Amino acid sequence: MSETPSITRDDVAHLARLARIDVPPEQLDHYAEQLQVILGAVAQVSEVASDDVPAMSHPLPLVNVFREDVVRPTLSNAEALSGAPSVESERFRVPRILDEE
Amino acid sequence: MTTDLIRLTAARTAAVVASGEASAVEVAQAHLDRIAAVDGRVHAFLHVDTEGALAAAAVVDARRAAGEALAPLAGVPLALKDVMTQKGIPTTCGSRILEGWRPPYDATVTARLKEAGVVILGKTNMDEFAMGSSTEHSAYGPTHNPWDLERIPGGSGGGSAAAVAAFEAPIAIGTDTGGSIRQPAAVTGTVGVKPTYGAVSRYGLVALASSLDQAGPCARTVLDTALLHATIAGHDPLDSTSAPVPVPDVVAAALRADVRGMRIGVVKELGGEGYQPGVRHRFDEAVEILTELGAEVVEVSCPHFPYALAAYYLILPSECSSNLAKFDGMRFGLRVGEDDGSPSVEQVMGRTRAAGFGDETIRRIMLGTYALSAGYYDAYYGSAQKVRTLITRDFAAAFEQVDVLVSPTAPTTAFKLGEKLDDPLAMYLNDIATIPANLAGTPGMSLPVGLAPEDGLPVGLQIMAPAMADDRLYNVGAALEAALLDRWGHPILEEAPSL
Repeated sequence: MSETPSITRDDVAHLARLARIDVPPEQLDHYAEQLQVILGAVAQVSEVASDDVPAMSHPLPLVNVFREDVVRPTLSNAEALSGAPSVESERFRVPRILDEE
Repeated sequence: MTTDLIRLTAARTAAVVASGEASAVEVAQAHLDRIAAVDGRVHAFLHVDTEGALAAAAVVDARRAAGEALAPLAGVPLALKDVMTQKGIPTTCGSRILEGWRPPYDATVTARLKEAGVVILGKTNMDEFAMGSSTEHSAYGPTHNPWDLERIPGGSGGGSAAAVAAFEAPIAIGTDTGGSIRQPAAVTGTVGVKPTYGAVSRYGLVALASSLDQAGPCARTVLDTALLHATIAGHDPLDSTSAPVPVPDVVAAALRADVRGMRIGVVKELGGEGYQPGVRHRFDEAVEILTELGAEVVEVSCPHFPYALAAYYLILPSECSSNLAKFDGMRFGLRVGEDDGSPSVEQVMGRTRAAGFGDETIRRIMLGTYALSAGYYDAYYGSAQKVRTLITRDFAAAFEQVDVLVSPTAPTTAFKLGEKLDDPLAMYLNDIATIPANLAGTPGMSLPVGLAPEDGLPVGLQIMAPAMADDRLYNVGAALEAALLDRWGHPILEEAPSL
């Protein structure tokens, strides 16, 4: 069994930040404990993953898949915006992206 | 007549509609009545489209009246897993983050069903974004197993399996990323198939792990499962991972039902320790029957299968953390926390995702984020990808010796709701026998082989075949099903308590 790095509440806070999920502080310890257990179990992959084994990312060896370049109906502007939480001037309206200061 | 209509097989239902014994509208209404009567207790459906179902059925009746030829499943009602888009119909994936979203387009599977005159009754419950083995991770409450309402119906497609087992629909669509069609089939006494990866289009299937996800059929008989498989499979230019090869004739295989001279391998690494005695008992019995039917049964070793679960719980979270990034509250679904001052887009995303995702989804997104982080990538995700190669080689070596492989589908029968909810690792073990096929992209079927003597609950047997040889599943499954039916004298679901 390879060594599993321990997962702290700070690690979980960092992962949550990377994943853009506001995990409440009171749940950080709980997630840390669970992720630690799961990572401890899955770390066994390194037991058999030797250098001479190639990595496999996909079951189908398809590359450069193209379809014929023909015009076909697509979603209308209204359809594309139909599920948007907020719309303005036929566009997705989003919160501010840049800092104001 | 209405009680009879809900008990018919899909094949028989289609014949009844085609001959005019009953109209498609009557068939649809009988199932809608059944849903109204029992779904308050089963909770297989998240949304029932009464109007749409009756309208689709009326179209089939009109076509028949006009003398048009009907497709093999025309007029047959179906339950659609809520991870598949259907234009204008709420599609939640069992998540709050998509509550109220009505997709502006049909998935290819949905479009093919509509074209074939299949009557879509509604959308079925599932673990959030198809992550789970019990449907308890649905934001809308769990589905209950028709065999015992206190127990789980499996997952993630527990709603589809329960709908079929509870006679709310004769056929259903599921999706299988690590066993989400096969394990629910096993614990509800129904049949479910994960086709070869790439056999059924993923266009409009909300992605969990793109290299593992595969939609497939659920039904009460092997032949019905084959008819649905044939309806939805086939190359789709809208899915770049769709296999541009012909679909094997699964219906003919289900009708052939002859295992004489076939070589069947029992996977040594699946079915020993950790498997419930009643599961092993029924499995051994079924293997004995296959021998009696003329198959040659041998034991086959797949030495890397014990590593499949670990590899899966690195690959799946990694792909999931990437796929689920699109649920950010900007273009569709939930958006929260915008009213508080002038928050940034990142703050709104963080609030929306915390409010919209459940516990298990958050856990797996963080796990995937970790596995893909700099410094850990090689040790975790990279190693898992190598294990995937080793599993695929195990399958290839096994299929040089035998035509199909068999194992129990799941280590236990249906467990109690709540029993494993706080122990993610224990929950993950449910998929121990089904995951290898997802990693390799090979097809698998689960079919009922009896009830475990100790608890009277259904046991499933899994059949696995080489990629693009899905027809073998149906041939072997149908042969075993016929022999078991002879032995029992009636379909297994007749033993389920009436709802």
